[in-house]
Amino acid sequence: MNFWEYVGTRHQQLLTDTYQHASAVFQCMVIATLLGVLIGVVSYRSNWGGSLAITSTSAILTIPSLAAIGLLIPLVGLGVPPTVIILTLYGLLPIVRNCIVGLRGVDPSLVDAAKGIGMSRTRRLLKVELPLAWPPILTGIRVSTQMLMGIAAIAAYASGPGLGNEIFGGLASLGSANAINKVLAGTIGIVILALLFDAAYVLLGRLTIPRGIRA
Amino acid sequence: MPETVTGSTESAPPRPASTSGATIQLENLSKSYPGSPTPAVEEVSMDIKAGETVILVGPSGCGKSTTLKMINRLIEPTSGRIRINDEDVTDMDPVKLRRKIGYAIQSSGLFPHMTVAENIALVPKMTGWSKSGVKDRVEEMLDLVGLDPREFHGRYPRQLSGGQQQRVGVARALAADPPVLLMDEPFGAVDPITRDHLQDELIRLQHELHKTIVFVTHDFDEAIKLGDRIAVLRERSHIAQFDTPEAILTNPTDDFVSGFVGAGAALKRLNLTRVRDVGIADFPTVTVEDPLQSIFDKLRDGRHSELLMLDRRNRPYKWLRRGDLMRAKGSLARAGQLVHDTVTRDATLHDALEAVLTDSGGRVAVTGRRGEFIGVVDMHTLMNSVQELLEADRLAAMEHEHDLEELRVHRTEQEQEGGGSGL
Repeated sequence: MNFWEYVGTRHQQLLTDTYQHASAVFQCMVIATLLGVLIGVVSYRSNWGGSLAITSTSAILTIPSLAAIGLLIPLVGLGVPPTVIILTLYGLLPIVRNCIVGLRGVDPSLVDAAKGIGMSRTRRLLKVELPLAWPPILTGIRVSTQMLMGIAAIAAYASGPGLGNEIFGGLASLGSANAINKVLAGTIGIVILALLFDAAYVLLGRLTIPRGIRA
Repeated sequence: MPETVTGSTESAPPRPASTSGATIQLENLSKSYPGSPTPAVEEVSMDIKAGETVILVGPSGCGKSTTLKMINRLIEPTSGRIRINDEDVTDMDPVKLRRKIGYAIQSSGLFPHMTVAENIALVPKMTGWSKSGVKDRVEEMLDLVGLDPREFHGRYPRQLSGGQQQRVGVARALAADPPVLLMDEPFGAVDPITRDHLQDELIRLQHELHKTIVFVTHDFDEAIKLGDRIAVLRERSHIAQFDTPEAILTNPTDDFVSGFVGAGAALKRLNLTRVRDVGIADFPTVTVEDPLQSIFDKLRDGRHSELLMLDRRNRPYKWLRRGDLMRAKGSLARAGQLVHDTVTRDATLHDALEAVLTDSGGRVAVTGRRGEFIGVVDMHTLMNSVQELLEADRLAAMEHEHDLEELRVHRTEQEQEGGGSGL
């Protein structure tokens, strides 16, 4: 059976896996974005807090993802919980870092002007600082998503959802008839998903970055 | 003509046509930063009258900007009180306070992600104006600062020139009609020509609005051009002299002030009088749409040897001399001299003199708000007015000296009396 025949016969399963993969990454990205921006907003004003946030999130990234997910299994069990936790944690770093850098990069004279015309702290953040920091934050989200696409494959190790099941299945049965086809299908699926997500982000950027600050 | 500012009041919440200035009192205002032995600002007291333009001028780092920012409490004073319209605002919620005080800064401070209209609408929106009220107000403000609302409404700040940005900055500061306007070196970052225009605009605006303006600059020429009164500050914001520009120019209190005034006080005096204060003479005009024959007739009938030709929008276009038409063989396109330079009624005599000196005919056309022709000023008028001015200044200075003398005599008498009783 060549690759295309394999895809033809297994397309039902492949589509389900792809959908689950995409959905897991998407949902975890939403959580990571909210959490990451929150951490950024809370910590960017203090020197100490900002560095703490960046260092601790990058420390998470140094743990090999396979080891991390393995360590989580005894704590939270198999399946969805370890997947979500791992994806969210790994997704945080680029978002937190870009959020802090973006917020700190807002021209101080603009913050001064915002204060001077009578904007409260919250309004300043929502109306001036976050919109101006949005382009770098969005870049962080993009980088995070690309990274999570790959890491999500490892979730299959903990019987999580997604295309990782194809890859792990194939690797486990190397030598058998469809082993290579399985690994290929999983990998190519992930690459296609990553490209689609990236295109979606370009579109999102067009829609959400105000014309006045678009590069 | 000063136009009264009126908004459409049918839909908007009732508001006065225009709020004019409030008094500001600073009482022993000080600011010291932790870890620095000397305060940045020390015991500043100042009484600012309603509707007055006060300029804080001084060398860099003298604390003038800090003093300004304490008025809207961007910098919290360490001690002292601030009163606006006799209301103590030292402990008021700073956010509420700032919405009642316009604030314009260097490099305009416009938010790049908002359109011109959104920027201007910020404060009225925050203070709860109705939607239609805000919309009308934005148009009105753009018009007020001399930008065409239809053209500039939807633009982003980066699509504007530096001067236009600064105008929008001023429009934003004035949008909610605050009685007080604080300006922190607002024209510091624009080129000299634009700065000159913006200064003229500000003078015109203030002529219409009568706000209380506190303006910080390090440029003494800007100070004398704009200020009703000038506070010359030395380090730690100590007031070296707080007086009218005329008095500072003719009577600087000490070497520090005279050093700051610099050379050429008599020439600078020309900056203190505006074209509107001297006689603007009439001048015969024709427009480009007039038939050629009538222009000929007008030139030939002997009363005028020269005409000013206006374009379709009544703006000065060309000076036409009697000989020009002959030499150009009747073709208007080639005849005459293009008008190079015009001044507004708010231009200073200094600017007018400059224009007159560079014009071969020794006169300059005066234009209104939209560039329309009003009249001309010539060398003769200027000479006469300058002489009158200097004469008046001399008298004022003598009177001032006389007053001082009397005061001194009075004081010595009192001292002597006091000494006498003690014996």
